Amino acid sequence: MEKLNTFRSGPDDHGHFGIYGGRYVAETLMPLILDVERAYNEACDDPAFAAEMGGHLKHYVGRPSPLYFARRMSEKFGGAKIYFKREDLNHTGAHKINNCIGQILLARRMGKSRIIAETGAGQHGVATATVCALFDIPCVIYMGQTDIERQAPNVFRMKMLGAEVRSVTSGSATLKDAMNDALRDWVSNVDSTYYLIGTTAGPHPFPAMVRNFQSVIGEETRAQILEHEGRLPDTLVACIGGGSNAMGLFHAFLDDADVRIIAVEAAGEGIETGRHAASLTAGKAGVLHGNRTYLLQDEDGQIEEAHSVSAGLDYPGIGPEHSWLFDSGRVEYVSITDNEALDAFHMCTRLEGIIPALESSHAIAHVAKIAGSLGPDNVLVLNLSGRGDKDLNTVAALAGVEI
Amino acid sequence: MTAHKRIERRFTALQAAGRAGLVTFLTAGDPDPATSAGILEQLPDAGADLIELGMPFSDPMADGPAIQLASQRALAAGMNVQKTLDMVADFRKSDDDTPIILMGYFNPVYAFGVDRFVKTAAKVGVDGLIIVDLPPEEEADLCLPAQAAGIDFIFLTAPTTDEARLPRVLANASGFVYYVSITGITGTASAAASAIEDAVSRLRRFTPLPIAVGFGITTPEQAADVAAVADAAVVGSALVNLVAGNLDADGKAKSVLKDAVLTKVRELAQGVAAGRSKEPAQ
Repeated sequence: MEKLNTFRSGPDDHGHFGIYGGRYVAETLMPLILDVERAYNEACDDPAFAAEMGGHLKHYVGRPSPLYFARRMSEKFGGAKIYFKREDLNHTGAHKINNCIGQILLARRMGKSRIIAETGAGQHGVATATVCALFDIPCVIYMGQTDIERQAPNVFRMKMLGAEVRSVTSGSATLKDAMNDALRDWVSNVDSTYYLIGTTAGPHPFPAMVRNFQSVIGEETRAQILEHEGRLPDTLVACIGGGSNAMGLFHAFLDDADVRIIAVEAAGEGIETGRHAASLTAGKAGVLHGNRTYLLQDEDGQIEEAHSVSAGLDYPGIGPEHSWLFDSGRVEYVSITDNEALDAFHMCTRLEGIIPALESSHAIAHVAKIAGSLGPDNVLVLNLSGRGDKDLNTVAALAGVEI
Repeated sequence: MTAHKRIERRFTALQAAGRAGLVTFLTAGDPDPATSAGILEQLPDAGADLIELGMPFSDPMADGPAIQLASQRALAAGMNVQKTLDMVADFRKSDDDTPIILMGYFNPVYAFGVDRFVKTAAKVGVDGLIIVDLPPEEEADLCLPAQAAGIDFIFLTAPTTDEARLPRVLANASGFVYYVSITGITGTASAAASAIEDAVSRLRRFTPLPIAVGFGITTPEQAADVAAVADAAVVGSALVNLVAGNLDADGKAKSVLKDAVLTKVRELAQGVAAGRSKEPAQ
């Protein structure tokens, strides 16, 4: 592969990261996608937009989020100095809100009067319903019937916030089908509606825009670690489903060649069982939901269902920039099983008094694997992308406890 | 590579006959490959002037429930791209005139391999492609390779495609132009006849290609209205619904299924044939 001067310049003008990304949508949507791109570029050039967003991130979301030294976990493994980037402390309990603030402000600039979104675990749905309540805009959240059943607390939260939650029963009734139905809604309500995509996937400009809205995570981390350690970190670790918290942390460091960057996919019941969500480890390139990227699919190009204990990682694709970073070798992609993630969930809770989301627990589990082999000078930052309150029902059920 | 130009010849013949064409859509392999092939073989006799054959996909996000379920039935019956191409090859043994257009989404074609797909499709007698999620912005993926092999690539235009964008969409269009008459998914709403007439006359200012109109045409009367102004009317969900409505409790085709679909095609063909006679004398 050609050696690049920078890993931070993508995508190109057509939304491609190498061969990935692009705009694979029906013609009816194409003019809308171009409108979103135009409006987003104008917003980027307008200092008032950045100022407004910065104000909401500070006063409503609670940024900057702390960079916390996890002393007991670091001592337990006797290796790397482990820091947590505390996205779990954001309003609504995860990194998702960063992107929602950015996109709701964009939707308002575009004069849109109705918001739609898809959700898997319900975190993006809750964050979307939250900003829609804040700005008094009606909102419809598409959620697979299967996910509605396993994420009941978040469904209730969305409804309390005033959102209409539409149950998706088509196809496999999970996140990918929710995204199909959101796209169908958008194509049917082109004038009024803005589709607030929750991750670094979908047609251009969404992967780049969502990454940019999430990049506040890495920018803060950079400043904070310099304050703590006087230098950049040696290692970054984040979990990936669609990949937005990982891109948010990684992007500011992609051109720092000495920073080792690791992303953790969900291996579900094990890669060898076929029941997992590891699109890069076990998928191949394809086209779905507006972009070319690695996908879980059969030999005929039919999309397969993903499996993970964590609903937020349960998607058969991944953001196109990750596919490009995977091919280029700049970022290492590994995977962690359901059981390893659950062990890490309990370990973090007991050691640090922090209940992590099951998604973030995948990153913790990988840190548990490698920290001991890293020297005591190795400064490691783990993106604690969300808190685990939403997962209590899942964890309790697995432990045989009824709550 | 021989370019068959069946699409061009068919529209020229329709124009000479002073009428519009009927384009039928059915999903290949729905509800099972044998029944599907049996219907396909008899579509031209029933009055289909051009045939769209859907390549089933697990995630057809521009389609409504009717066509998604058709995809699911076909996939459950083992349909894939190779078998769809085989079905076209069989059809060509008895019919070398009726244009066949494969319609679907890009991923199954991409997984099959674009070069292999284009070569095989040209060889078995596929005349055109409609790939819903390949706008002109991504034409390098399949549009250009297909056209190089003599296969027409048919672009969709929608009510949202404004005059600034139309030249971009039409730049590499070939065969005919497919006007999606509603902002929505297949098999749901229908557009008003007057809106279709306005849209078609706008398109004619931008392209000499024939114009087919689809989405939301379910009755012979609607087909006649479209035929009065456009070069062809496309009917899909209404036919697919007859497949769905003639399955037994186990999801197998009832013996009447084929006739139910073909009868509907005959009615639609009559509607289309009557379309131009409704037009006021010029």
